[in-house]
Amino acid sequence: MSSSTAQRGARRLHPLTPLVRGWKALAVLAAVGARQGLESAGRGEGFVPDAWIALLFVVVVLVLALGAGYMSWRFTGYTVDADTLRIDSGVLARRTRHVRLDRLQAVDVVRPMVARALGLAELRLDTAGSGDAKVPLAYLSEADAQALRAELLARAAGIDADTPEAPEQVLVEVPLADLVVSRLLTSTALLGILAVAAVVVAVVVAGEGGPLLVVAPGLVAALGPAVQQFLLNFGFTVADSPDGLRLRHGLLETRAHTVPPGRVQAVRIVEPWLWRRTRGWCHVQLNVAGTVGGRGRDGAQETVLLPVATRAQALAVLSRVLPGLDLDAIPLEPAPRAARWCDPWAWRCLGAGADERYFVSRHGRLVRETDVVPHERTQSVRLRQGPLQRRLGLASVHLDSTPGPIHPVVAHRAAAEAVLIVESQAERARHARATALPERWMTVRRDVARADAP
Amino acid sequence: MSSVDGPRGDLLLPAGADWRRVSPRLVTARLLLLTVPLLVLVVALVVLAVTPPPVAVTVAVGVVGAIALVAAALALARNARSWAYAERDEDLLVSHGVMLRRLVVVPYGRMQLVDVHVGPVDRLLGIATVKLHTAAATTDAEIPGLPPEEAARLRDRLSERGEARLAGL
Repeated sequence: MSSSTAQRGARRLHPLTPLVRGWKALAVLAAVGARQGLESAGRGEGFVPDAWIALLFVVVVLVLALGAGYMSWRFTGYTVDADTLRIDSGVLARRTRHVRLDRLQAVDVVRPMVARALGLAELRLDTAGSGDAKVPLAYLSEADAQALRAELLARAAGIDADTPEAPEQVLVEVPLADLVVSRLLTSTALLGILAVAAVVVAVVVAGEGGPLLVVAPGLVAALGPAVQQFLLNFGFTVADSPDGLRLRHGLLETRAHTVPPGRVQAVRIVEPWLWRRTRGWCHVQLNVAGTVGGRGRDGAQETVLLPVATRAQALAVLSRVLPGLDLDAIPLEPAPRAARWCDPWAWRCLGAGADERYFVSRHGRLVRETDVVPHERTQSVRLRQGPLQRRLGLASVHLDSTPGPIHPVVAHRAAAEAVLIVESQAERARHARATALPERWMTVRRDVARADAP
Repeated sequence: MSSVDGPRGDLLLPAGADWRRVSPRLVTARLLLLTVPLLVLVVALVVLAVTPPPVAVTVAVGVVGAIALVAAALALARNARSWAYAERDEDLLVSHGVMLRRLVVVPYGRMQLVDVHVGPVDRLLGIATVKLHTAAATTDAEIPGLPPEEAARLRDRLSERGEARLAGL
């Protein structure tokens, strides 16, 4: 078994990889060592033998860690063949991972904070097949990462490996001011600011400074999520390319990920009351197949298509993701009057309708949510009738979609209408599946490329 | 396992499909869930009968407990009898529930996984559960209380139809 991965054209990852991977552990060790040293110095004893031993211990552990990191780097390599990407890793137990390029859907570029500071980037390969986690390739220099990404996508599409990255057309760039204002216009942020203002007024009136200390953590808690969202969505750009929709965002940690056509299972336009009234803004969420929404930060972030945009911009982007969608032209049937007993607050805002390609359902009074599901992406359809609904002759219909934030529901319809919706939706879904393009859009492209080739 | 004839005119059992019921042994399986509460009630009554407090309290606890258990048993039995399923050309319908009634329509082309699940109690009683999985986490399509041969037949039939109509994601 060869010990060097430099044979057969295997390429190495960037040498600083173990440092980036293990920086947290190293930082902890350094902190421990520093604390020991400071404690002894603080006690005024100078460097006692105990402190020396502790320091020696820390140094030994550091050396071992760096050594292990170096070995792991040396024994890791990747090779790109005509139809697979092979990743070899492991020092004692060798492990080879094969990624079939014809199943490759998208390649994302992620730059965590430390890696970005050192000029490195991580690639995440998204392969077709539900529930597969993305295959990571960490870390490469930024130039190498972009070049490798272009090469992998070109090979996956069956075109010449030296083809540069497909050109993209920027659809929306979220302006910084809009992002900041939108984060402040959320209920938690506003309440936090009001509370702080109230306390400040109280302090000024009472002449005591104590309450300020109490309110500081409260302010952090109220504005914390807003700041985190701001950092995550900084510079949000949506661009259209033949690979799919490219989303780029992030300040400290930047990400560039692609939503391939055909992966979008459902879309939701959310219009909170405050945003609707003041600026006419909304935000857009997605259900994307193959990502588990809510599994850690990665999953949660991949469900956002636009953090803030005007409705017109949102519809423009959606017409690229869901071709042929004309949201305003689909008539939405309201719920019957009897629904007011089931949902007294928001029954008037319920609506549902469909055209040949999409099913649309709307609900919510303060936060208006409009869900759009393409017929060919409907998984199963469920009809539910609770005891109150049965008394009133109503029922609700749920359209099941892949895991994600969107669960389209048509609530509180007349029973006969609900059954009609179930049957017609099942029929439309069947018809759409029969006529849909293959999900693996790369195969379409590859077949076209092969047909064109001499 | 009998079949239901003719249209029932029931919302949750749309006409035009060949509805089948599940085995009555499901009722037994569900009633067995009540053994633990029953034991708890008996122990409580014994303890109360032995200790000083007046007989009235023991009787009251006994009556209330008995009523609760009987009501629960009736509800469980009704629920178990409400399960029904129908295989159509393009999809499978499963209906169940008494208070909260549900009907789920699962297209064959969307079924990713079909399995047969038999717990220890189910094995003793001779029933099995068929579980369907689609790409959606919220598809709660399962059919409990099927005789094992019927469960196996259904699983094979569903897998075969699913493969024939498999339509990607």
